[in-house]
Amino acid sequence: MPKYLLLKHYRGGKTPLNDVPGDQWTASEWEAHVAYMDEFADRLRDSGEFVASAALAMDGEWVRYDGEGRPPVTDGPFAETKDLVAGWMLIDVDSYDRALGLASDLSAAPGAGGRPLGEWLEVRPVMEPAPTMTE
Amino acid sequence: MGREVSHEGDPMEEPGLRERVPHVVNTLVRRGLSFVAAEDAVQAALVRAVEVWPQDPPGNPTGWLVTAAWRAFLDQVRSDGARALREERSAVEPQPGAAPSRDDTLWLYFLCAHPALTPSSAVALTLRAVGGLTTRQIAEAYLVPEATMAQRISRAKQRIAGVGLDRPGTVTTVLRVLYLLFNEGYSGDIDLAAEAIRLTRQLTAQIDETEVSGLLALMLLHHARREARTGTGGRLVPLSEQDRGLWDTRLIAEGIDLLQKALARERRGEYQVQAAIAALHADAPSAEETDWPQIVEWYDDLVALTGSDVVRTNRAVALGEAEGPRAGLAALAAIDGTTPRYAAASAYLHERAGDLDIAAPAYAEAARRATSEAERVHLERQAVRLRGVQGWGRSGEGST
Repeated sequence: MPKYLLLKHYRGGKTPLNDVPGDQWTASEWEAHVAYMDEFADRLRDSGEFVASAALAMDGEWVRYDGEGRPPVTDGPFAETKDLVAGWMLIDVDSYDRALGLASDLSAAPGAGGRPLGEWLEVRPVMEPAPTMTE
Repeated sequence: MGREVSHEGDPMEEPGLRERVPHVVNTLVRRGLSFVAAEDAVQAALVRAVEVWPQDPPGNPTGWLVTAAWRAFLDQVRSDGARALREERSAVEPQPGAAPSRDDTLWLYFLCAHPALTPSSAVALTLRAVGGLTTRQIAEAYLVPEATMAQRISRAKQRIAGVGLDRPGTVTTVLRVLYLLFNEGYSGDIDLAAEAIRLTRQLTAQIDETEVSGLLALMLLHHARREARTGTGGRLVPLSEQDRGLWDTRLIAEGIDLLQKALARERRGEYQVQAAIAALHADAPSAEETDWPQIVEWYDDLVALTGSDVVRTNRAVALGEAEGPRAGLAALAAIDGTTPRYAAASAYLHERAGDLDIAAPAYAEAARRATSEAERVHLERQAVRLRGVQGWGRSGEGST
């Protein structure tokens, strides 16, 4: 059964349907949004399709190896133009169409005014094990 | 029945435990429990057996499991209270035409592969109720949380709860589930390929169908090459480059014998035909000595049986070996270019035809479309090899 990673972005995606930035939402709008996300995950737990999920902080920086015995090189915080992942959910479903359907449901989480956010989500197939029989 | 291949490298495994699970489910259902209740109770007994048996092996393992499962059922009834008591009463009333009368477990295979189930649910339920694996083991084998797998199995059971045990799915769906189990497993602690072989072998003892033998033959012939299929670091080794000395001749002999007996009965099906192709590869002392014209003929049969573009793509590659790469490319030209492994087949045939300028980017394209990491790396290496790049390590090289 294929796994897919659904990626939610703070920025870098295309413009959502309901384009009011999160910092202008009311407390109750945020509550409704978070409740929707929790219920969505619970629904996938119940259907046996949930693998894992996490929300990511906006903070972060680039890091890389800089040679033997040297400390890691860092570069940050991220530039304002960087595509920034806000969170991810790993699902295990029967088909690509099912993954698209679920991503669409997740994108319908309410935003300002309780209207569906309609944000763009990235759907990325996870590599599968190599099949035994190929010829 | 296949015990020699089922428990390799699994220290947690109690010999004889898993084979008994379907029989114990069968026994409880014959006592009047619903499949759902019986299967839950046997799972509880199984989990208990894994804990207890290593220190305290039972004298009568089947009796132990039946008793433990019955107790688990009663405990469940008590803890569920009045609601479940009503269900118990109806469970103990024999369901009209529902309870299997013979002491076999064939109906379990059919029920677990019921067409109302999604493939992944059917595979999971088969592994638990027929294969005798615990939910945790199945979850680990498919890299999902145990709670997720428990839900998937529970929902699958709810879905088929109302299905009469006398009218389950067809043998085709059972074979499809076993095929998926064999072909699409991860290689974790639970050896799903070996498990698929064990369950298919058990099935051949219960049902006399040429396609069941054909599928078992197909599995054995591919399993025989397992050691040769991966090189250092999990690298894929294509058939033509495999060390044939690593092939398991005992499994090959068994597979060919099964296949010959099935084919003699003149009831062809896709698994027998696939096995025939695998057998021709197994028969060849070297890649050069492969009987490609005969393989192409079997692919013609397989195309007629399946109408699948994946099969047509494989046939084009075989045709390229039998009649030259131009013939293979001509056959490929008639196939939908989005077919899985089309780009890899195209790259290979172009390389054989000497069109290296086309083959190298085609390998890179095939790598981009690969659905497994091992295939992607293999195809990237082919692209790099054709471009004459020395060494390997700049992973971006092949994907540009």
